[in-house]
Amino acid sequence: MTPVQAIIAKELRSYFVSPVVYVVGAVFLLIVGLLAYLYIVFAGAQAIQLMQMQGTAQINLNDLVFRNLFSSVRFILLIILPILTMRLFAEERKLRTFEFLLTSPIGINEIVIGKFMSVFLVFLGLLGLTGLMPLVLALFCDFDWYPVLTGYLGLVLLGALFLSVGVLASALTENQIVAAFVSFGLLLVLWLLAGVGSLLGETAIGQAISYLSFMEHYDHLVRGLVDTKDLVYFFSGLALMLFLSHRVVDSSRWK
Amino acid sequence: MIEVQQITKRYGHHTAIDRVSFSVAKGEVLAFLGPNGAGKTTTMRILTCFMPATEGTARVAGFDCADQPLEVKRRIGYLPETPPVYLELTVTEYLQFVGRLRGLTGKTLTSSMQREIERLGLGTVQHRLIGNLSRGYRQRVGLAQALLHDPQVLILDEPTVGLDPKQIIEIRELIKNLAGSHSVILSTHILPEATAVCQRVVIISGGRIVAEDTPDQLSARLRQSEKISLTLKSPAADTDSRLKAVQGVQNVFASGIPGTFLLECELGRDAREEVARLAVTSGWGLLELKAISMTLEDVFLQLTRDETGLPQGAVVAAAEPTGQPA
Repeated sequence: MTPVQAIIAKELRSYFVSPVVYVVGAVFLLIVGLLAYLYIVFAGAQAIQLMQMQGTAQINLNDLVFRNLFSSVRFILLIILPILTMRLFAEERKLRTFEFLLTSPIGINEIVIGKFMSVFLVFLGLLGLTGLMPLVLALFCDFDWYPVLTGYLGLVLLGALFLSVGVLASALTENQIVAAFVSFGLLLVLWLLAGVGSLLGETAIGQAISYLSFMEHYDHLVRGLVDTKDLVYFFSGLALMLFLSHRVVDSSRWK
Repeated sequence: MIEVQQITKRYGHHTAIDRVSFSVAKGEVLAFLGPNGAGKTTTMRILTCFMPATEGTARVAGFDCADQPLEVKRRIGYLPETPPVYLELTVTEYLQFVGRLRGLTGKTLTSSMQREIERLGLGTVQHRLIGNLSRGYRQRVGLAQALLHDPQVLILDEPTVGLDPKQIIEIRELIKNLAGSHSVILSTHILPEATAVCQRVVIISGGRIVAEDTPDQLSARLRQSEKISLTLKSPAADTDSRLKAVQGVQNVFASGIPGTFLLECELGRDAREEVARLAVTSGWGLLELKAISMTLEDVFLQLTRDETGLPQGAVVAAAEPTGQPA
């Protein structure tokens, strides 16, 4: 077992002995399930309306259910993922195990990657459970799987980006609440950049600011558009956040 | 095994340690004595590569702490002030994690864990969550962690804190047994501990090394003479010279406090009776007369306390024989 694997195993163990994952997971699945139910009921209501007006009911589930759902889940992730990441480094500092970790014969990059991977796996698990919803839906009606899958790809990438921001925030402080709020704030700013960008319109600055927000990149994926530009955005954002986390952890040694 | 040369650590304007140099040979146990905030932990943190020194070099087993930290970290077992334990893990899970971080696998890992669990008497608690263990057990788990990969160098920051007297003796025995095959630095503010387990003592105060020697020599060298403190109500102008004339008295110092004198006498000779008689017959108004004995405790206190307010003679006596730290 490599040190990174050892850290992942230990962090997963820590996650699953604490109630946080269960509470966060339950709330996440409940809200996603509830939203899915609501969107499906709305779609059904629309189908009935169409039936009465036109005699046929050809509705697009991809538009009516999945696109709406993916847009909502984005917001739920923004709220709950900071709760998952807040403990990663903050707790180590609080319990004085930080010094132990940094005097172990492993690199800081291994620590950062191990911690990120552990919470990412937890997130993938939660996201995997929501996969039941399209599977069940597929039993009863037809829809196009391709945008659903790219939507999930979008969620995975978005989640990874959110988690890496959370890792950075957790590295900055020894207070978990502060860590959660810092990452929440950073993510909200990233979100609102899209608004600022569109306010500035089609100018170079406006476009640059819009690009920095995850909104348009995520929307492309939800619409079934896999563009290298968007993938580059997510991967470079992830790499930047993890690199900054590395620097923050390293710099704490100099204080 | 450990060589520290002129290391300085500054936090902004505050200098935590100032040009500290010392070395530890293979198999030697060195005690770091000093009051709180003297720079013990800072020195240890530099040696364990947790933080870099502002100036100077530290080498462990031939590797520079600044240039090859991974090599140094592989060879060090470190117990910080607070045992670095994860409360949500059991003792075995924790040791397993620690072992894996240090590259132990399979049978080596299992046997190392078994060895430390036995050595530190953790058998009965090995499947319990560390969060449910008492302070003493957590400290022992912390020690097990430091020893797990059988490192050449052990750095223990106050290893016996929080243990009961029986455990303290056990841990001291353990450290004594480690000597010879391991180099150990331990910090403590309990003096008998230093005397009991260490070959050499470094006394550090205000970020500087003020003395370095074996515990025995340290007190012996400081006690080159018997000392008497004498307080008089109305000393005369010639009190000094007449005291000096008493048989066995070598030196007389006037202390900072008016009327108080410090007398240095030949080793093994008690001049108190003579001095008392002289004081009474001369009508100086004898208020107090007492012998001053120097234990390691006094040495420590004198070396680490601010020099103001102490009898001058004592300071001279303490500072002179120790000389410059090697």
